[in-house]
Amino acid sequence: MARVTQTMPSELRNAVPEKAARFVYMLFRAFARVFSILLLLAVWEILARSGSFTHFQLPAFSEVVARIWNDAWSGDLWINTALTLYRALTAFAICAVLGVIIGMAMSRNALANWFFDPIISVGFPMPKIAFLPVVILWLGVYDVSKITMIVIDAIFPVIAATVIAIQGVERELIWSARNMGANNRELLTQIVLPAALPQIMTGLQVALPLSLIVAVVAEMLMGGYGLGGAMMTASRFANSTGVFAGIVEIAVVGFCLVKAMALIRRRLLVWHQETNEPATA
Amino acid sequence: MKQVTRYLPLLLLAVAWELAARLELVSTSALPPLSDVISAWIDLIKDGDLVSNAASSLYRAGAGLALAILVGATLGIVMAWWKPVNVLLSPIVEMFYPLPKSALIPVTVIWLGYGDGSKILLIFLGCMLPVTIGAFNGARSCEQALVWSARSMGADQLRMLWDVVVPSAMPELLNGVRTALALSFILLVSSELIVAQKGFGYLIGSLGANGSYDAMYAVVLTVAFLGFAADRLYLLITKRTLAWRE
Repeated sequence: MARVTQTMPSELRNAVPEKAARFVYMLFRAFARVFSILLLLAVWEILARSGSFTHFQLPAFSEVVARIWNDAWSGDLWINTALTLYRALTAFAICAVLGVIIGMAMSRNALANWFFDPIISVGFPMPKIAFLPVVILWLGVYDVSKITMIVIDAIFPVIAATVIAIQGVERELIWSARNMGANNRELLTQIVLPAALPQIMTGLQVALPLSLIVAVVAEMLMGGYGLGGAMMTASRFANSTGVFAGIVEIAVVGFCLVKAMALIRRRLLVWHQETNEPATA
Repeated sequence: MKQVTRYLPLLLLAVAWELAARLELVSTSALPPLSDVISAWIDLIKDGDLVSNAASSLYRAGAGLALAILVGATLGIVMAWWKPVNVLLSPIVEMFYPLPKSALIPVTVIWLGYGDGSKILLIFLGCMLPVTIGAFNGARSCEQALVWSARSMGADQLRMLWDVVVPSAMPELLNGVRTALALSFILLVSSELIVAQKGFGYLIGSLGANGSYDAMYAVVLTVAFLGFAADRLYLLITKRTLAWRE
């Protein structure tokens, strides 16, 4: 179906060299992308300064930025961010490796499938964060228990995605590889895993934000350093500037992680047809 | 019979739990026997503790989720239908989507205090974006031919939106709602664990603090089961709703 594409007005294309026109267009698009975010921040600042909210309810954006700046100079920001990232990413790495291994075992071994399948299908939709007090009871409040909690929450999407991905690998690929004399290990590393990679990556892309969510909750509940812990401390002292600073910091960290993951996906799947198609969201 | 063999591993785990606790392989305070947990659960039901806390938790989750679905779906469909709205809102959606929603817990408390309001707001804010993105992707992938034929048959804008775009957005929209449903339980329990005076999270926290671990396990398992049951029920409803597609 012929859709009308409006990349740029045609008069413009004739009047100026194509390159310059594209540059102007890119500039315009970049501005359009940040315009509403700037608008949102401006509204925040104006609302906070107008006095319709108390300082406790809504500190001005400029104050929040100043607070983040101070934290950055004193080093607190980096310590907290590094600790949160360390917990979330360690757990995420464990989830990625263990999840793919369990998923592979389930699709190759009937016994493993028999054992894990009901656990996955019952455990996946459960709110596993409810087990947090149990994890504290068993492992205390330090890194081990935080990381364990994140793994419990974030491993399910990886396992489920791996199982579905391996089921979806085309039979013809496997048959022809076998025909050409691939042994089991070669079949796994050279055929099944690459073919299953897109869906496994999708599972990982679900697991990564989830691990950050759980990391923040775990830090809030168990206290100590970390972005979540710092927010909770600020909240206890009714320091709402600190709380809003925490949200901005966590938002930035989350945004960067998700974007990095999308980038890795594009790099890893260069050979796949999806890379040529525009990604959604 | 097939169902029994399928879920046998869960039964085995339950037996292993009971044995490990009874034979004192692990300390019974860390892992009370399953039978104790069940009797504690029955006691909690008899007290009415579990029921009243469950009611307030489910009210919060239900209200927040209903708001999120209503606002989120409208927003997503409007974004797909009117380009200017999309240009204005999509950067904001894109920025807030990766935000770990649990970071909002202290802010909602600052705004609305310790009661129902802050939990409902948190669940609403946290669950809205998955629904929005589902509705947006669904409505955008609506077949142009359908829109055109509706227009040629004389449907006005609103009619077209309701009769063509909304139904074709439905599958992806419902998928987004499923994500939101799971998220609502996570946010509910974690916000109640951190600050609350009633609800599941509060009950778990206070029972744990009292050292009555068998009752704590009972509540934890109840929440886990409710989340699971809600998901299964939702899948059933979705299958019914989308039956027209085949």
